Amino acid sequence: MSGIIRKVGVCGAGGTMGAGIAIVTARAGFETVCYDLAQPALDAAAKQTAGFFGKSVDRGKMSAGERDAVLARMRATTSLDDLADCDLVIEAVFEDLKTKQQLFAALDPLCAKHTIFASNTSTLSITEIASQCGRQDRVVGMHFCLPAQLMKLIEMSPGMNTSRETFDTAWSFAEAAGQTPVRTQDKPGFILNALLVPFNNDVIRAVEAGVATPADIDAAIKTGLGYRMGPCELLDLIGLDTQLRLCEAFYPVTLDVRSSAPPLLRRMVAAGHLGRKTGRGFYTYDGNAMFGG
Amino acid sequence: MSGTMAYSIVTAGDSRSFPAGDAFLSGAAAGADVVVCLGAFHAPGSHRIDDAKTAILLELDTECLGVHTGESAGEEGSNVVGFARYRNGDDAPSGLIELVRQPSTHSSSVEAARVVFEAAGFTVVVCSDQAGRIIDRLVRPKYNAALRFLDEGLASARDMDLTCRLGLGYADGPIERVERGGLARHHEITQALFETYGTPGFAPARRAVVAHRRDQRQTGDKKEK
Repeated sequence: MSGIIRKVGVCGAGGTMGAGIAIVTARAGFETVCYDLAQPALDAAAKQTAGFFGKSVDRGKMSAGERDAVLARMRATTSLDDLADCDLVIEAVFEDLKTKQQLFAALDPLCAKHTIFASNTSTLSITEIASQCGRQDRVVGMHFCLPAQLMKLIEMSPGMNTSRETFDTAWSFAEAAGQTPVRTQDKPGFILNALLVPFNNDVIRAVEAGVATPADIDAAIKTGLGYRMGPCELLDLIGLDTQLRLCEAFYPVTLDVRSSAPPLLRRMVAAGHLGRKTGRGFYTYDGNAMFGG
Repeated sequence: MSGTMAYSIVTAGDSRSFPAGDAFLSGAAAGADVVVCLGAFHAPGSHRIDDAKTAILLELDTECLGVHTGESAGEEGSNVVGFARYRNGDDAPSGLIELVRQPSTHSSSVEAARVVFEAAGFTVVVCSDQAGRIIDRLVRPKYNAALRFLDEGLASARDMDLTCRLGLGYADGPIERVERGGLARHHEITQALFETYGTPGFAPARRAVVAHRRDQRQTGDKKEK
């Protein structure tokens, strides 16, 4: 466990990402306070978490005693006051600048001076998120990857006013939590989404231009480059609506035309072809019929 | 059409798809109805199109198939099918064959090409006759972006590559891959793409331009000697 951080708060712990981050921190031995606005969401997350660790026991990755100890380190709450004594608060709330700014501003008077605020944002500026909270020097970007409980990577970004000490402490915490941190500047999409979002748009444009079918594009990328998943399969998994939201977050900031939403993407979203979640995207999921080729 | 189909091979210099010793070369049979043209058939008229053949499979580099066959208001096509076995620079060729068809390329020729290559163990995909085919059209702008990010200090090469391997499950990261394949080769490909599409994402990244100019200078130095 890192020297300074002993207790971690996770905001948005009723969501998929927040729940995964809470698993990471509790599993690594940190007292973990799981905060969300809605108790039912926390209850559902707690059930999923218990199921996750139950499988870990079944697979021999941990003993029943270790599972019980991990679960005992996790506490759920709908009160921000319960985060007061956390050394680190990681937010994984809705991807909206004002929402994140308001959360950190509300936490600032509650938490100790040394408490570090970390944002799991994948698209927003750490500097902007920190700008309203009164402790800009103690705010850092920590972008976990989905599913957080399985993925080791964390993109770590200092804002313009983040202190060296804050960044180093957060970095040490990430390593102590068993994760692999990488350092990136506070720029739209950091590394991962800065590369992936335009690439996915290029794929959509290629489909629209009739270069090849989604199935052939996926086969080419998997065979030629060794990717585990084809880009059309990945887009269907993350959701075409999510890709559109990412475009709309990036393009106004970067003015990179590769980040702008392709017309086909807009039409697919308008048509409800969002991918796996609606049963139809580049592929249909009640069979193997193709769409958009 | 399924199973196997005999093919003959005509060569004009080294092939990027099937280097000397490749197993595919030993499977050829003289006089077959499918002709595989390997090597530097890069100048118009440098090969003979035999209409009587089921398919002429013409190896492409960065050029479009239309450079060889000509084009006609979107109705072009014949028994000539373009192809390239995807290869990252001087890495060993992959197991992927990209077939290139024009709007009116004979379906029977495309199918014959598929049978020939699949029987040899390759994964075959079909694309229209556009610059970069599938893979280079899609990955070269990403390599350009990664090289630009490196210049701009977004992250180290190590961290960018690690992010792609851990976060996206890639076998290798963009910087290590483009450097291994050769930045001068990246320049050659992206220059052809940029010339065709004209959009900034295809413009060769600074590091590729540097590698290209160093190559040119070294070539010039050798000539002077």
